[in-house]
Amino acid sequence: MTTHKRNIVKVTDLSIGYKTKKAETVVASNINFELEKGQLIGLVGANGIGKSTLLRTLIKVQSALNGNISINGNDLNSTSTIELAKQLSIVLTEPLISKNLSVFELVSLGRHPYTNWIGNLSEEDVSTVNNALEHVNILNLKDKKCYELSDGQLQKVMIARALAQDTAIIVLDEPTTHLDMYHKAYILKLLQKLTKETGKTILFSSHEIDLAIQLCDTMIVMQKDKVVCDQPCNLISQGVFNSLFPKDLIAFDEKTGSFRVAK
Amino acid sequence: MKTNYTYPFLILTVILLFCFVLNISLGSVSIPFSEVLGSLFGSVDNETWQVIITKVRLPKAITAIMVGSGLGISGLLMQTLFRNPLAGPFVLGISSGASLGVAIVILGSGLFGGLFATVLISKWSIVIAASLGSFLVLLAVLAVSSRVRDTMAILIIGLMFGSITAAIVSVLSYFSSAEQLQQYIFWGFGSLSNLSWEELLIFFCIYSVGIVLSIFSVKGLNALLLGDNYAKSLGLSLKSSRFVIIFATSLIAGTITAFAGPIAFIGLAIPHLTRQIFKTTNHKILLPAVFLFGAIVMLICDSIAQVPTSDYMLPINAITALVGAPVVIWLLVRQRKMMF
Repeated sequence: MTTHKRNIVKVTDLSIGYKTKKAETVVASNINFELEKGQLIGLVGANGIGKSTLLRTLIKVQSALNGNISINGNDLNSTSTIELAKQLSIVLTEPLISKNLSVFELVSLGRHPYTNWIGNLSEEDVSTVNNALEHVNILNLKDKKCYELSDGQLQKVMIARALAQDTAIIVLDEPTTHLDMYHKAYILKLLQKLTKETGKTILFSSHEIDLAIQLCDTMIVMQKDKVVCDQPCNLISQGVFNSLFPKDLIAFDEKTGSFRVAK
Repeated sequence: MKTNYTYPFLILTVILLFCFVLNISLGSVSIPFSEVLGSLFGSVDNETWQVIITKVRLPKAITAIMVGSGLGISGLLMQTLFRNPLAGPFVLGISSGASLGVAIVILGSGLFGGLFATVLISKWSIVIAASLGSFLVLLAVLAVSSRVRDTMAILIIGLMFGSITAAIVSVLSYFSSAEQLQQYIFWGFGSLSNLSWEELLIFFCIYSVGIVLSIFSVKGLNALLLGDNYAKSLGLSLKSSRFVIIFATSLIAGTITAFAGPIAFIGLAIPHLTRQIFKTTNHKILLPAVFLFGAIVMLICDSIAQVPTSDYMLPINAITALVGAPVVIWLLVRQRKMMF
């Protein structure tokens, strides 16, 4: 490891939204940030502020209205889907199409970009899949079918799949929804552990601001007029979280780093 | 960890061979089993038997194999592509397109006048009309699917095409004679027989292209099990793989409908049956398994349809529905939910 900071994702003057033939709906604009390699990055913001849109733009599910995204020094627009598949993997909120997949089958689909024309797994692929299962501690679930799993287990399986894809970056869209408090903390802690152990850059969006403050190296906070990206402690001292929600109902307590409901 | 599928495949292949021989040895004329085997290798004294076997029963059995395996595979492709356990080769409107083509030829011939009618109604014109009809509907579906991103919408559009063609067919039948109607209904019963070796060769060529295309789609189909966005994130080109899958299905299902009529339930039931028995979602295993199952079930259905040792020949479509529908019901009751 060199002490030189390497930025793996660079976003400049990005504006995101939806474009139809007639009109352009801008969800957020003037977004600038850089993400360092090997960090855990949390993306927070109120509902409807455009977190998912930003993530969808970053993973090239939808195209940017304006501005530039570079991943590993390459412009996202000129990166082909197969190249991108080797650099970036995703965990989405959308439900699994086929719950009849076994855990091993599902995780091994992560090897898709590397396998031959018919998708045969080499021994190396199999060991990568097993490694991924081990990292997430679900080796014992290997032969289970997905419909037998709880939400928490399924989320771990999806993370293992992203790991098996062997990419430098993993993007997760709200990985903690539908989970209980314990599993929320467990999943985010797991993500933190993965960045440390594997050196991957992990970006996730979440509504668990308290947890994110405690675990993330960097946080991206989306607000109506601006998008800020910094270390959690800096963001607290700048008072960014105070203005995140209307103050009449909940307020941010800087000492504990958590939100309190106004009495 | 890795389940070994060698034995199931071996057993299925043996069952297929058995059904194949059984199918050939059954028919209105009873031929001793040893003679049936002998005729396959071209050494039978009784010439009538030889002719019956090579000109009638063998082509019919081969047709059954291609129809069963082809419909099963197109059902598998459609169910994965449209993420819908109810999808089959016919929800896309492929069979309705074929029916429309045939209806126009048979029922519409009256409108074109006498001389023209006799020219129009020949076996080849029906085959061509059916292929053309299914191909045109397919083109329409493809054109729509490049605009509509939602696969569920494509499914509904396919159903709508079906309704439109059904409406046109009923308008046509209102104006046609009883004789023409009967001919159209007979086509609708489906039939595996009456294919000459030349017709079989053409059938086989188009069918093979479809099968090869589906084999090349295996990897993409597996990725599609995760959903469109995940598949894309795995480096799959959604547009082109969707195109190849739909194209392969229409080639297979279109020719089958053209040569054998609209045969129901095989495309829907066989993939589900296979998934129950093989307990995997990997298309690399499912595709050959569906091939074998489809062929076996179709051979059995055909053996039942010809009512052994009698002169009767039941409509094959009735048999496949009688076999297929209970299978689907049984699966639903057993697992309460259709999964794929």
